[in-house]
Order: sequence, then structure tokens, then C-alpha cells
Amino acid sequence: MDANLKKELSKQAVKVRMGIIDAVHSAKSGHPGGSLSCADILTYLYFEKMNIDPKNPDKADRDRFVLSKGHASPALYSVLANRGFFEVEELKNFRQIGSMLQGHPDKKKVPGVDMTTGSLGQGISAAVGMALSAKHFGDDFKVYAVLGDGELEEGQVWEAAMFAANKGLSNLIAFIDNNNLQIDGTIDEVNSAKPIDKKFEAFNWKVICIDGNDFDQIEAAVNEAEKSDKPVAIVCSTVKGKGVSYMENAVNWHGSAPNDELYQVAMGELNEALAKLA
Amino acid sequence: MGEVKTAATRASFGKALVQLGEKRNDFIVMDADLAAATQTGMFKKAFPERFYDCGIAEQNMISIAAGIATTGRKVIVSSFAMFAAGRAFEQIRNSVGYPNLNVIIGATHAGISVGEDGATHQCCEDIALMRTIPGMTIINPADETEAIKAVHAAMEVDGPVYMRFGRLAVPFIFDEDYDFKIGKGVELRNGDDVTIIATGLMVNEALQAHDILKEQGISARVINIATIKPLDEEIVIKAAKETGAIVTAEEHTVIGGLGSAVADVVCENCPVPVIKLGVYDVYGHSGPAPKLLDEFGLRAKDIAEKAKKALELKK
Repeated sequence: MDANLKKELSKQAVKVRMGIIDAVHSAKSGHPGGSLSCADILTYLYFEKMNIDPKNPDKADRDRFVLSKGHASPALYSVLANRGFFEVEELKNFRQIGSMLQGHPDKKKVPGVDMTTGSLGQGISAAVGMALSAKHFGDDFKVYAVLGDGELEEGQVWEAAMFAANKGLSNLIAFIDNNNLQIDGTIDEVNSAKPIDKKFEAFNWKVICIDGNDFDQIEAAVNEAEKSDKPVAIVCSTVKGKGVSYMENAVNWHGSAPNDELYQVAMGELNEALAKLA
Repeated sequence: MGEVKTAATRASFGKALVQLGEKRNDFIVMDADLAAATQTGMFKKAFPERFYDCGIAEQNMISIAAGIATTGRKVIVSSFAMFAAGRAFEQIRNSVGYPNLNVIIGATHAGISVGEDGATHQCCEDIALMRTIPGMTIINPADETEAIKAVHAAMEVDGPVYMRFGRLAVPFIFDEDYDFKIGKGVELRNGDDVTIIATGLMVNEALQAHDILKEQGISARVINIATIKPLDEEIVIKAAKETGAIVTAEEHTVIGGLGSAVADVVCENCPVPVIKLGVYDVYGHSGPAPKLLDEFGLRAKDIAEKAKKALELKK
């Protein structure tokens, strides 16, 4: 990746992470850990890759994105806000009464949200439906989805995977946010879907394994994925809580918000990271 | 006396899909490995390139349909009522209902008249389940004519539609010039003493019950309710006011179906006796469909008995 682009994306990713922390802190609830782990993937897609227009969020030929792990809504909202779909200030209303920023993404309320998600396993099927629609009706948009590694425990994911390969949906790219933690513990302790890569291969997908917090690898993987004649799973090794030291690889930050003191610590670290990139 | 013309509404559904396919090409039909039974197979045969089989994965099918609908395209999915409304309930609720997407669910083999397959396939809960979803339109046609018109009408609805079809052949009730409208009940027989409000295959039984009661000097109004949600409250309230007693008839559990919907409206607007005839909180079992309808008390004579009971309560 071009060095300037990488620096620009890295800055955006820090701002996206600040938005995540702001949203969760304001709400006093939400899911920071899994939002921070996939923040780089979403930043790459929305700031570099996808054909989208913040001024015309419903344009028919746009690329589609489905956050199948809907509880990472702070990441999606922060990316959309920073990309100009709505004001960044709006993030402070996350999970409040009357807010468009519901606990989980709502396509009817938020400009730029392509599918309502939150119930795990359903988003990937919806993404498959979008890809099927594009293929059937001759539209050339691409469909991107992000799934959690814990989410792979939902049987519906594998129903969707089987179907996507059977119908040759090469216009579908699914990122697996493999941060190794879910609510009740590590995915190994709970009910591991590992080996994730071999499972998707067995379902006849093309599989690419990368570090999902590295823009060079994300870009290279997406470029490679575009050449595939099969649906593509990009299995992303990520750090849960990435960018906030005390949240990194800590299971208790799956679904809890920082208090005022820890909020200041997180924002201090992120501001420092931003300053380093200046 | 000429032979009574009959058709299973699942076959009517298949016919309607083919008609739609001939008229427009802006929609996809999907099934979950039951095309030969649900009769989406008729569409598959006519338009193979516009039909997608999901395999035996109803939850996936419903969410895929939601994804298709987000792209502005129409989609009709089909499976047995048990696996559409039952197994995929949460997908219908969260992926289709909540985002208010234009997905039509053609659920066949509803009720105990599935017959020999037995209890695991006899879905008597689907109307109740679908009624709990905000914004869901529920249509349960009584015969071929109504079923075909309902499928065409469903294509124009903004939001999800659940359509209920049967496996058993049922007599034709409506003429070709029947003006079907979603949300409108139809008075099929006039009457002053009691009203029978029926849906699906029970409408034909209700018409026969009218004749039985007539012979006994009882004037029974018969109302066909194809659209269970949104319910035609006006026709129900009018019947409550004018006849003072109501019997509902459905091939479905009496918990949460047409009878419950009617009772809700009557209680809140014009309280009169409402007796619900349906499946009384039990599972079905294997057997020929007509015998099961006899055994479960889903016949004209059973409706007539309930009507007399309602008349007694009215006094």
C-alpha cells in the first residue's frame, strides 16, 4: 500500500476508534472490544474501497456492506459518521431514547446502513441475498460482510456459506473478525469454530488469512479476492479491544463501557496515536 | 347435480406464480427443497433461470430473501408453514419484519389437513406467530380464485406478506369477477341471528353450516376473512352489533389465530359472545385429511353446534 494512503487510513482508523469510545462511553453500554478489533477493516472499506456516496446513501449501484456481527455497531456508526454520512456528534446519542443509533444497526434509521442486523448469523445470509440479487439482475456492485468468530457458532452461517458457494457468488467477500474472544470467554473455551480457514475451504470458498489490523494485508487480500470465481472468506486475525491498552485481549470489554476515568485513559492513548501519525 | 370443482390452494399458488412470471421479470422465487410439494415447482418448470433452491435451510432462505429485498427487487419464498413460520420465525421477525422488507412468504401445507405426515408437519400455530410481528400482512385464502387473486395483490404490498395455503383440495367458492382486496372481509351469506366468521378451508364448511342452521330456522351470517392481519374490524363490529353472537372457524389453534383476533376486536368495541372453533391446544396426528377434519371437529355440523351455543349465550 502507498505510504501516504496507509498513513491517511491509519489516522482515520484512530478517529474511528475515538468515535467508538465516545459512543460507548456516552451510552454507558455497548460493545467496544469487538468494535475496535474490526475498525481497520471497516475503515479500509469505507475510506478506500467501496463505491459509496455519503451524500446519496441509497444510490442503486453502491457497494453493499453488512455488519453481520451487529453488536459492533459503534464501529459501523463511527465509520459512517467520520465518512460524512452524518455528524460525528451524533455518536454521543448512541443507544439513547429517540436516537437513530440503535444498539444494533437499523437500516431504516441510519443513512448508510444497508442491512438491519444484531441477531447473529442472519447478516451473512442477507449479504448472500444481496450478492444473489446483483448476479441475477446483472448489477455489478460488490457485497462485503463482517462476521465475528463467535458468530460462526451459529448454524445459519454455514447454511449461507454452502449456498453462496453453490450459486457461485464471487461478488461476495466476508471478513471474519477472528479476535478469539466472545462473551463467555475465549472461543476455544466456549465452542470453537476453528479451524476457520479449513471450514470455509471445505464449504468451497476461497480463503485468505491475514492480520486484520494491518492495512497492507487488508488491501492485498481484497485485491486477491477480487480475482476469485468463488465467494471469499478473509480470515482476519485481530486484537479484541485494539488501540486501547487495557481493553486489548480482555474478555470483560466485550460488552461493557468505560467509566469517566477509563474513558480519559482511552482517549489519551488514541490522541497520542493520532499525534504520532501527524 | 354437477361435480364440485376443487383445487388445493397450494396448486393455486403455483399457478399464480406462473401467471406473475409471464407478466413481469422483476422478482425471484425460492424454495427450500420442497418445490414439488409447495408447487413453486410449476414456476421452476416455466422459468428455471428465475428460481433458486436454497436446499433444506429455511432460516437461511428467509434472510437471503431479506437481502434480495434490500436491493429493491421482489422475492417470493416458499416452504411448509411449519418450517417457514415455525423454524424461521426469528429470521422473519428480525431480518424481514423489523426492516419492513418486501418479502412474500408462501407457506403451504398449513393446518392438520396435511394429513398422513402427522404432527411434526401439521402447523396450527403459524397465524398466531405471524400475528405477533408488527407490520406483517397475513392472508389465508379460501379457494383457488381467492388464492390466485391474493398472490397478485401481495406483490403490490409495501412490507412483508405471509400467505397460507393448504394441501387438501377445496371447493371453488368465488367467481372470476370476485373483487379481492387485502384487508377486506366478505359477507357470503346474510343472516341476523348469529355470525360465522371463517378463514381458509373452513369457509366452505361455514357455508354448509349456514344451510344446516337455516333448516333449523336459524339465520346465520357468513363472513370470509382472508386477510387475518390487518383484520377488517368494520365487518366484525357490524356483525357483532347486528347479530349479537359470533362463531369463528379456522384450521389452526384457537390460541392466537383468527378467533383471538376477532375476540379482541369484539371485546374492545361491542362485547357479545364469541365462540372459537379450531384446534383446541393439541397436536395433530397421521391420517387422511378428511378424516382428521372430522375427528378434530372442523366440519359444518361442528360450526352449527357452536352457533347454537353462541345463540344460547346471547340470551
